[in-house]
Amino acid sequence: MDLLKRSLAPITNEAWEQIDEEARRVLELHLAGRKLVDFSGPHGWTLGCVNTGRLAHLEKGPIPGVSHAIRVVQPIVELRSPIVLPILELDYAARGAEDIDLDAVIETAEKVAHAEDTAIFHGFHDGKIEGIIPASPHAPLEVGAALEWPRVLTAAKEKLRLAGVNGPYALAAGLEAYDALVATGDDGYPLRKRIEETILDQPIVWAPALQGGAVLMSTRGGDYELTVGQDLSVGYASSDRDQVELYITETFTFRVLEDRAAIFIRFTAPPQAA
Amino acid sequence: MSSESYHEPVELLSEGTKNMHRALVSLREELEAVDWYQQRAEACSDAELSAVLVHNKNEEVEHAAMTLEWIRRNSPIFDQHLKTYLNTTGSILEVEAAATGGGEGGEPAGGPTTATASTSLGIGSLKGKR
Repeated sequence: MDLLKRSLAPITNEAWEQIDEEARRVLELHLAGRKLVDFSGPHGWTLGCVNTGRLAHLEKGPIPGVSHAIRVVQPIVELRSPIVLPILELDYAARGAEDIDLDAVIETAEKVAHAEDTAIFHGFHDGKIEGIIPASPHAPLEVGAALEWPRVLTAAKEKLRLAGVNGPYALAAGLEAYDALVATGDDGYPLRKRIEETILDQPIVWAPALQGGAVLMSTRGGDYELTVGQDLSVGYASSDRDQVELYITETFTFRVLEDRAAIFIRFTAPPQAA
Repeated sequence: MSSESYHEPVELLSEGTKNMHRALVSLREELEAVDWYQQRAEACSDAELSAVLVHNKNEEVEHAAMTLEWIRRNSPIFDQHLKTYLNTTGSILEVEAAATGGGEGGEPAGGPTTATASTSLGIGSLKGKR
């Protein structure tokens, strides 16, 4: 038995299959950062930090004449979010039900994906994660109306190029920005398609955790690294007669290796009337 | 025709399967070349020619690695197994046991979906996916 303690759960294999499948589906849909950044791992539960290769020099060590320095490491963050499910409902899976109610799994998977992506895009101070947007030295650009996206994205791409950052370039768009790009047409042609065909090197990435706009970034590699210890998993916490408590967990950290490789585009247009 | 080695009528094969076939055949050819160069370099009586052959062999290794990476990106099952076994340390059989929950035999019993499996959901990198 490992740390997930799955074998202790009063859950049939059929129910585990449906839980895992649903969690995987929702996570892969919602996770945006992993579609754009380098990935290292999974390195397992025992990974506690990432070596940065740097030293923090101490001005005065305890022994005169001996210099002291401490290796700078980046700690691993451990996420965990509970899922409570009725055992009776899960047992239906063993009787052949393929539509058991897994709303709690969906909700938790969305939350965990949101947590990982928030750390990647906006940072997580207590976890020593800087985040792509706070780290970027470029002044944010602004889009005030949906039709301004092509012009602003072209300018953003030029800024990255001038900073020595080559492509391929990708756009991660938050909810409001993505909706505006999808809903708006330019002379009857979808704005999203026009941008994907003429400015970007890959489809726009839907990034629901990204707040306030979008990020244009290079995906050439070597700029951003997500390091994962235990990759996203479903574990068992406890159970009583009626309910079982599971959880989704992962251990990870995120490092910005080249802060100039992304630029934030603030989207300030009011939401379109339905 | 780019390849004469299809085992089924070509009109029955999808574009994805044909591309995967091209990659698998290419990988096989690269690995054969590695093997041939290695043997020739070892048997060669001329030191300079031997050095060239070793250089060529090493390039074939690079080609094989690049082709394998394409296969991994386009085959979830290759991806799953390569993630399990590559860059690990210690006993490879123990890695298999950990991945399959200690079961015997080659194939993981449903991967992370069995109750005793100790693995994750297997999501890993999504780079390049929509």
